[in-house]
Amino acid sequence: MARFGMVIDTKKCVGCMDCVVACKTENNVPEGYNRDWIVTVANGKFPDIHLEIQSQRCNHCDSTPCVSCCPTGASHVEEFGKIVLVTHNMCIGCKACVAACPYDARFVNPEGYADKCTFCIHRVEKSELPACVSVCPTHCMYFGDLDDPNSEVSKLIASRKNHTLIPEAGTSPRIYYLT
Amino acid sequence: MQELTTTRHNLHIDPSMAVWGWEIPVYLFLGGMVAGMMIISGYFLFSKRYKETNCACYTLPIISLILLSVGMFALFLDLEHKLFVWRLYTTFKIASPMSWGAWILILVYPIIIANLLIGPPQFLINKFPKISLVTTYINQRPRLIQNIGVANMLLGGLLGVYTGVLLSTMAARPLWNSSMLWVLFLVSGLSTAAAFVHMIAKNVKERELLAKADNGFLTIEIFVIALMIIGLLTSTRVHIDAAELLLSGAYAPVFWVFVVGMGIIIPLIIQLLAVNHKIKHTPIAPIMVIIGGLILRFVIVSAGQHSHWLNAHFK
Ligand code: SF4
Ligand code: SF4
Repeated sequence: MARFGMVIDTKKCVGCMDCVVACKTENNVPEGYNRDWIVTVANGKFPDIHLEIQSQRCNHCDSTPCVSCCPTGASHVEEFGKIVLVTHNMCIGCKACVAACPYDARFVNPEGYADKCTFCIHRVEKSELPACVSVCPTHCMYFGDLDDPNSEVSKLIASRKNHTLIPEAGTSPRIYYLT
Repeated sequence: MQELTTTRHNLHIDPSMAVWGWEIPVYLFLGGMVAGMMIISGYFLFSKRYKETNCACYTLPIISLILLSVGMFALFLDLEHKLFVWRLYTTFKIASPMSWGAWILILVYPIIIANLLIGPPQFLINKFPKISLVTTYINQRPRLIQNIGVANMLLGGLLGVYTGVLLSTMAARPLWNSSMLWVLFLVSGLSTAAAFVHMIAKNVKERELLAKADNGFLTIEIFVIALMIIGLLTSTRVHIDAAELLLSGAYAPVFWVFVVGMGIIIPLIIQLLAVNHKIKHTPIAPIMVIIGGLILRFVIVSAGQHSHWLNAHFK
């Protein structure tokens, strides 16, 4: 079974927020909330300053504190693609998973359940790309099976310099940023 | 230059996390205090103090039941998807302290009720006269009373520990990521409970004993807080940042003045004078300990959510 992940080329990303709009539209994300967002990180000392634009979302981590802390089993790792999901009618809205995510990727949907990126599983099941990936005008995002060494994502990770977000938190995130 | 800008502004997540409001600290405080009361009452049963008719082990169970129910109601108020609360009890998730807690709470009630039945208050006997049959049955069996005491101590211990473990398993919140947190909450639960019993005890011996015990708990609490902070300060950058929230950051004034000063040091001094018969026992010190315990939960829950891994973005 696949283990889906994403590769995002920060050399191509211009921070246009198309991915943000696409996600909101595709998933009817309630007003005032985002499942994906743009972060700009400036690092260094003048004149040697490094600027990186990152499209961020739930990292669909391999090691999931958000799933292990869930008292009801609402937060779970889906067999299909190892996507991390929340079953709405099992969630009691205790917010343990929200606090347990080092990326603050989750929020409480106004309807009461924990909400976050689903890797657009409803599209992926139909062999379509997640909405954010499909609309990116610079084609900086790639989606695929990290367990398949011949997939585009695996090849990019193997051939280009990259990093994940806050690996120190020990969650083994599955979104890779090419630098 | 180190700068991070984000387009995300999710409610209660940004600019810093605040998904847990007053309900969780209140619940953790009441849960901790009830845990302490169970341990104290259990100890009185086990050490056969129940033979004295004014033993606190006769008043503590009913107070525990009320406080625990208030705490659980606060916990319920915190849930965002209240209609699905029963989902907690259709499964047991071994890795989730919250699941453990839900089941521990279910076990705690009958154990406190067993303690209550050893000497139920008069109004209960008036309302349900059959209760006295159970009371007579239990009282004919001293061994059973001692076992009820042991069960109260055990489950009280579990309850007190879990309130700390609940937070400390969340590595995402550096301030909570301390193996001392459960010790802190357990000891604070014991000290607030001892303070409470010290305040209400009718038995002079018990009052003295609890004041002394409370001094012990408060002293241990100071060391536990110190160890927790040292542990954070000797860890990674994000953990140091988290400790600094308490030491010199936004939470420092409340932490030093209300948690350490008013909640531990001043009552410790007052109670030391009282047990050495320099001054009279008054409710002032116990009230300070209890309020300090409540504020401790507020500070830890709020500052813990505020602590984050963002600095890990900067290499
Ligand atoms: S990014 Fe957060 S919510 Fe997503 S899988 Fe990882 S820990 Fe869970
Ligand atoms: S908020 Fe919902 S999904 Fe998250 S831990 Fe609680 S029950 Fe599980």
